[in-house]
Amino acid sequence: MGFLPNIGPAEVLSQLLVGLSRAMILFTICAGLSFVLGVLRVPNIAHGTLYMIGAFATFTFSKYFGGASGFWIALILAPLVVALVGLVAERTLFRHLYQREHLMLLLFTFALAMILGDLVKIVWGAEYRSVPAPDLLKGSITVLGASFPRYNLFLIFVGLLVAVSLWLFVTRTKIGKISRAAAVDRDMVGLLGINVSRVFAAAFVIGCCLAGLGGALVAPTVSITLGMDHSLIIEAFLIVTIGGLGNMWGALVGSLIFGITQSLGVLVFPQFAIVFPYTAVVIVLLLRPKGLLKSVW
Amino acid sequence: MFKKLVSAPGIGIGLLFFVVLLALPSFLPRFFVYILGLIYVTSLLAMSLNLLVGHGGLFQFHHAVFYGVGAYTLALILVKTSLPTWVGFLAAPIAAALFGVGIGWFCVRLTQLYFGMLQISLGSLVWAIVYRWYKFTGGDDGIHGIPMPGFLSTLNQSYYFILVVMAVSLVLLYLILKSPFGSTLQAIRDNPQRCAAVGVNVKRHQLRAIAVGTFFAGIAGVLFVVLERSVFPDLLFWVLSLEIFIMCLLGGWFTFAGPVLGAAITVSLRTFVGKYTEYWTLILGVLLILLIFFLPEGVMGYFTNLFKPKGKETGERGKA
Repeated sequence: MGFLPNIGPAEVLSQLLVGLSRAMILFTICAGLSFVLGVLRVPNIAHGTLYMIGAFATFTFSKYFGGASGFWIALILAPLVVALVGLVAERTLFRHLYQREHLMLLLFTFALAMILGDLVKIVWGAEYRSVPAPDLLKGSITVLGASFPRYNLFLIFVGLLVAVSLWLFVTRTKIGKISRAAAVDRDMVGLLGINVSRVFAAAFVIGCCLAGLGGALVAPTVSITLGMDHSLIIEAFLIVTIGGLGNMWGALVGSLIFGITQSLGVLVFPQFAIVFPYTAVVIVLLLRPKGLLKSVW
Repeated sequence: MFKKLVSAPGIGIGLLFFVVLLALPSFLPRFFVYILGLIYVTSLLAMSLNLLVGHGGLFQFHHAVFYGVGAYTLALILVKTSLPTWVGFLAAPIAAALFGVGIGWFCVRLTQLYFGMLQISLGSLVWAIVYRWYKFTGGDDGIHGIPMPGFLSTLNQSYYFILVVMAVSLVLLYLILKSPFGSTLQAIRDNPQRCAAVGVNVKRHQLRAIAVGTFFAGIAGVLFVVLERSVFPDLLFWVLSLEIFIMCLLGGWFTFAGPVLGAAITVSLRTFVGKYTEYWTLILGVLLILLIFFLPEGVMGYFTNLFKPKGKETGERGKA
């Protein structure tokens, strides 16, 4: 086992941090997916494509505004653009289909993903794009002999912020409470005189917004390209499933499992690191088929 | 027994079709022969999925894995070993069915979306290994220039081989579907609880169906190698799995020949629309949305309903 001696505590620590920051990006995206899944009961395959749109929009905005503040403006605008795309898709197409069976909805969202994917190709072309991290977050700091990129620390901070604000949203605001109620029993919510269709629209837009935010956050760490949605969406679905469909905290737990197994997997078996998170998912599903936390389904 | 299963006009039309398709390579340019071959391969794949999804009600979300396993098994046997060719042709579907049963053994414990998700994760595991194991599977490059035996050396010979194998497979699939085994499978789709109550071992029966479905997916994989002489990890990627799903939807879930039509539409769209514009998925997406809105039973299902006497609509089936 020639590869083992290379692993010291410093490497483990820094890989852990990489995994944690990856988990936070995944959580931002999966929280949106899980929210839509819980409230609308729609497994939204187009969620990955919305994330890709978020990343491309971040590229455009940060280039357009440029300078030190470009990235920060993009970080705010990109999720809004994605939310707008989601709003249009929901109001024109999606809302007519809520009564259909899951398989149909799944295929509808796949069709949406195909259309949006090609629109991205039309707007941005097939080249690789990259977004520079803002100056404030460049470089890294060293703790205990391990170096931590600042951007990764920022990601962890944003992830926690997203978690806290989502928690406040669903427990403290009226629309949040209504959407939780609609997730459990939409007919009853409708009977109480609440416009369920509008609640669904709001939930879908929030989900899209989170996908866009995920895309914006990931933009400085990867090369932005067509097809980045394909690998992401499958991971997102698995995370949401092992967490418990529609459970936001489940999405957090799932993201942590996925991100950390992958980053630690890199240490022991770099070539097959990608295998570890999938194996973790299989183990979780075999032990707890309905996910780790309570599913709303 | 056969009299009940097939009508004389049915056999007649089928045979006529077969003869016409056999004669086609003499008239068509090479490119069209190749596209037809691709349509047959894809049709068989879609049919094998529809056995499980349309007729079995299983959420077989990652069917492409078994297609890929079949293709890779044949490719690896032909390239890496000196075993006779027929061993490869035989081993590939068997390997696909073994993978199917292996993965299915875990999946049948769960139902619906959870079944699908577990299959996606196990399937992605297989994909990830194929994608990364450069020394054995060629990694993301795949394997190209796979040597074929003499009787498959030209495109037309491959075409005939694919056509005959596909025709035989379709007949077998039809007989399986009409057998007591197939009826039980459809009964499980419609009401698993009642089937269990009358003494059907639901999980074991589903597992057997998976074995059959993945076996035929493996055959489709073999035919793909015969046609393309190469394999690559995209054959096991989940995007392909969803594409086959779409073919079944396009053609119609609950008809026997629907998936063939769906495969033909998808492959031709990609080929012919793809010639004029690189945005053919956009067009396929729009088509799909129109279909979901206006023809949820698929093209074939729509026509079947159209010619059916009134009061015998099949529209309510499968709306679980």
